[in-house]
Amino acid sequence: MADRERRMTPPFGGVFVARTTVLDASGVHRALTRVSHEIIERNEGLDNVVVVGLQTGGVQVALRIVRLLFEIDGTDVPFGTLDVVMHRDDIGLRPVMAEAVTDIPFELDGTTVVLVDDVLFTGRTIRAALDALNDFGRARAVQLAVVVDRGHRELPIRPDFVGKNLPTSREEMVDVSLEGVLLGEMRK
Amino acid sequence: MSGHLLTLDELGAAGISEMLLLTDRFVEVGQRPIPRVPALRGRTVASMFFEESTRTRLAFETAAKRLSADVMTFSASSSSLSKGESLRDTVETIEAMGVDAMVVRHRSSGVPAQIAGWVGDRVSVLNGGDGWHAHPTQGLQDAYTLWRHFAPVPHGQPGTEAADEPSLAGLRIGIVGDIAHSRVARSDIEAYTALGASVVLVAPPTLLPVRPGEWIDGWLPADAAKRVEITHDFDDVLGDLDVVGLLRCQRERMTDGLIGSIAEYVASYGLTFERSMRLGPRAVVTHPGPMNRGIEIAGDTAVDLEAEGRLLVTRQVAHGVAVRMAALFHLVGAVGPGAVQEAENDV
Repeated sequence: MADRERRMTPPFGGVFVARTTVLDASGVHRALTRVSHEIIERNEGLDNVVVVGLQTGGVQVALRIVRLLFEIDGTDVPFGTLDVVMHRDDIGLRPVMAEAVTDIPFELDGTTVVLVDDVLFTGRTIRAALDALNDFGRARAVQLAVVVDRGHRELPIRPDFVGKNLPTSREEMVDVSLEGVLLGEMRK
Repeated sequence: MSGHLLTLDELGAAGISEMLLLTDRFVEVGQRPIPRVPALRGRTVASMFFEESTRTRLAFETAAKRLSADVMTFSASSSSLSKGESLRDTVETIEAMGVDAMVVRHRSSGVPAQIAGWVGDRVSVLNGGDGWHAHPTQGLQDAYTLWRHFAPVPHGQPGTEAADEPSLAGLRIGIVGDIAHSRVARSDIEAYTALGASVVLVAPPTLLPVRPGEWIDGWLPADAAKRVEITHDFDDVLGDLDVVGLLRCQRERMTDGLIGSIAEYVASYGLTFERSMRLGPRAVVTHPGPMNRGIEIAGDTAVDLEAEGRLLVTRQVAHGVAVRMAALFHLVGAVGPGAVQEAENDV
């Protein structure tokens, strides 16, 4: 799905060419295990904690975190998905994909929301997500977990839990999945 | 980046499917505690109804507001049109105020297309119903309502289910009543056949176009035309229908001499209690509104079917807002200056 989203987003077309493997599958797993422990530590348990994955790249990561939280703590954390395509400031550039649904099947009021995304870059997606979450209710707190923080923020937004800090240039491209983190660029 | 929505055949089967999938998204938005997204912030939608309307107008205006657009309301009776201003001057005046979309309803067929010709690609024109010609958003809303009645949104693990394709394949849908003078019938026929349904047109000869077979062949794609049949005998097909789509019976048809009397129409084409007992077990009934209880459908029958969840009228109206959000988003939800560069950086 992430690949399809990329093809439908400017600059249209192009192929992702990987240059380096930053993390392999077990590296991603270890990073997410640590992130899960940090989530429990920061919140002194998992009472009222919910996990919301951002469409599309954050959903698989969020599902993994939910599973890890269950393995570590025995708590089944409520899980939802959020698509911010209609909340972004570049609306119309991102494809609206039918399978990228928003589904938050619980009350947000009073919960601590852990937002999960694959890559943190300019911060504009997160700004849009915070806007969108507001329409669902008043969370007690919102925390941000990402697999990769690649820098180049354009808004005052910082992550609470980071799998890997990865210095990049703007032209580079980061590809994140549960199978690994690759650094490369788009070639026409 | 403006297109127009004038008829459904312009949209094509693929476009109709895409629009229905988009509608799913806006139905979800409508269920949020605050059912509003900022997708069209800063855009202006002019609602131009040269003919009276309640539900279409309200649905379009609500849709625009839920997308955070500004709504400019134009009312023909209190405008300069009544002082003799021409339609073209009126349109140019409204365009000059800076609008991104015009929703046009007019009693003459072809007016939205004419306006689209004048404004070109500067403004998106959405047909809110023109004469006997087309009512595309009504067609989309009826198709969406039937699709989601027979194939509800799947609910599994959120974010993991595959999207299902919009389809009405295998359904036999009757459209009953004044086909000749109904823009709803035309758009419904286009939408239903594009999604694979078979359609049965049920009407007396006076309420069908002249030489209806040729009419169908001349207008629908060949594979769709094959799935349309025509009958004058409601009772003959009633038991096989999965959907009974009632059309509004306009009383003026009686004064035109097209039907003998209301009682005669009810006797042959009304969904009476007796007929309702012969409906198939999973058959449902639709009506574009406003419903004449006691004519198209018997008053008690409507109440009974509603209680059984088989009269889909209120769902049609509810989906009407989401469908129009999808249409507006699809046509107007374009890009502001500078955003292209932004998105290129932010992948």
